[in-house]
Amino acid sequence: MGSSIGWDQAEDGSARARLAGRLTIDDVAELAAALAAVPPAAPGLVIDLAGVTAIDTAGAWAVNSAVTRWQAAGHAACITGAAPAIDRLVQALCTPPPPAPTRPDTGNPLAARVARIGAAVLAQIDNIGAFLAFLGQTLLVLGASLVGRRRLRWHGVVHQAEAIGVNALGIIALLLFLVGLVVAQQGAVQLRQFGAEVFTVNLIGRATTRELGILLTAIMVAGRSGSAFAAQIGAMKLNQEVDALKTIGLDPIEVLVVPRVIACSLMLLGLAFYGGLWALVGGGLFVWAELAMPPAAYLARLQEVIMMSDFVVGMVKAPVFGFIIAIMGCFHGFQVTGNAESVGRRTTQAVVEAIFVVIVFDAFFAVFFSALGYN
Amino acid sequence: MLAPTLPDDADVALRVRGLVTGFGSETLHRGLDLDVRRGEVLGLVGGSGSGKSVLMRAIIGLQPVRAGTVQIMGQDGLNGDGAAQRHLRRQWGVMFQDGALFSGLTVAENIQVPMREFLALPEDVMAALAATRLRQVGLPPEAGAKYPSELSGGMRKRAGLARALALDPPLLFLDEPTAGLDPISAAAFDALIRLLAETLGLTLFLITHDLDTLIAICDRVAVLGDGRVLACGTVDELRGFAHPWVQHYFGGPRGRAALETRG
Repeated sequence: MGSSIGWDQAEDGSARARLAGRLTIDDVAELAAALAAVPPAAPGLVIDLAGVTAIDTAGAWAVNSAVTRWQAAGHAACITGAAPAIDRLVQALCTPPPPAPTRPDTGNPLAARVARIGAAVLAQIDNIGAFLAFLGQTLLVLGASLVGRRRLRWHGVVHQAEAIGVNALGIIALLLFLVGLVVAQQGAVQLRQFGAEVFTVNLIGRATTRELGILLTAIMVAGRSGSAFAAQIGAMKLNQEVDALKTIGLDPIEVLVVPRVIACSLMLLGLAFYGGLWALVGGGLFVWAELAMPPAAYLARLQEVIMMSDFVVGMVKAPVFGFIIAIMGCFHGFQVTGNAESVGRRTTQAVVEAIFVVIVFDAFFAVFFSALGYN
Repeated sequence: MLAPTLPDDADVALRVRGLVTGFGSETLHRGLDLDVRRGEVLGLVGGSGSGKSVLMRAIIGLQPVRAGTVQIMGQDGLNGDGAAQRHLRRQWGVMFQDGALFSGLTVAENIQVPMREFLALPEDVMAALAATRLRQVGLPPEAGAKYPSELSGGMRKRAGLARALALDPPLLFLDEPTAGLDPISAAAFDALIRLLAETLGLTLFLITHDLDTLIAICDRVAVLGDGRVLACGTVDELRGFAHPWVQHYFGGPRGRAALETRG
């Protein structure tokens, strides 16, 4: 401990604390406790700082709060013997501020919980309203852009298409290749029990082109690009770039959202087709290696089992999923307010909600196309 | 007389020798020398892109250095093991341009971060110290429970200063403390910094473009240019320094106005 304290009686009977050494933040807790050890009593307190060699704000706070405590109890209290430099800091900080809360006051915990639940419900309703408004705005601008009443920013579309599509080619290929392999392997194990190994090809062909290939590609794009949209637009919002766009007379929806929506829809269409091919390659490789079915036979068999409707259903779903991913990412980006934490929260929400809505729509499409007879 | 270096036996808080920094193939500082006396307020000026902020970042270890040495309070600032680096970080406080407050914490919690990291203090003492800091930098007590995003730019700067001061470091780095403040707030901030420097005996290293700040609170001013410190001295000494940028800086309309109001 860099400081020491000794208590004795002053001439007039006051309690006197003799402080010495360095009164710094390193041992301010001990100092404050030592000064609080003697309860306020008549006739008063004298704090002698003659032996103090250094003091900082924390030390001055401890000394001053002891003085204030004694004065509040109705006794005299004073500080003596301080060197000029030390005295100046102590004087500058006299009358320590009243304790202030460190965190915002939340009140009664039970009421606060109820209030939080209520606020969350209201926020969710607000969120839905804001989303519908955003969706409507985007569709209006998108429609106007497509019929040529508004400028369509091809530069932005191409740039986004590269980020969403071209840059994802490697990871999508690897992912879907492995998925095709796994579907084939698991299917073969089960079908072998019935001696129907040859139907593994049906499984690969139909599962990947119609469902798995599209869905997994969409999930991958939501994770790669949906999150990027939310984070990019969120950061631009924090940096007031979105405000700058508006003041220059550019519509943020037109500049930021429409190119992303168009690029994401088109690219998901392309990526789903491309991913599906890789799944067929992965499955075919397994069938060739394990079931000794040569590639030519595999291809011929695929042509028999994959119906055109499977392919069409898959290709109809893909751009819709792309639209959902882009609109969710952009919407949450625009909802960012305040601080960096909000960007993180909105990015997470964008991905989670995009995947959720994609799966809901997938279920809807499954029922819808079955009802139409595309089995 | 206007040399950036002081005699070797001078009592310096910060000593930079032969500092070389750069980005990629570009060299920014070419063998920069600078000394800051213990207890003085040193202002660093220079044109945009002259490397003021990079110099500060190099000194506090945020920017890789290609060559040269930095001594802070007699300790090697660039190398050293974990314990030495930790000790060094205890010696300085840094205030970034926009405060750089942690956005997920309230202002009071921001001020308590260094205390929690380096000391084991009871919660009530930390709360009281945070309240004292808020008062010291001129923020109202209720600002402590607010989040940085709820504060104005000037209040954020003050809160950033409060966090930089949390452990009463002997050396304080300020990056453009008055940029973006209205003239009244800026003058108040200058007075606050000067008061803190005097009462706490701080050594201050501040980057500024604000001529009023330079004249009001700096003991010496260092001029950065051509990758080194061109000159270092009092404002009056620098006015007599024959370098076009320095002449332009202090002799321009703003410089003259600031010098005149000093009276």
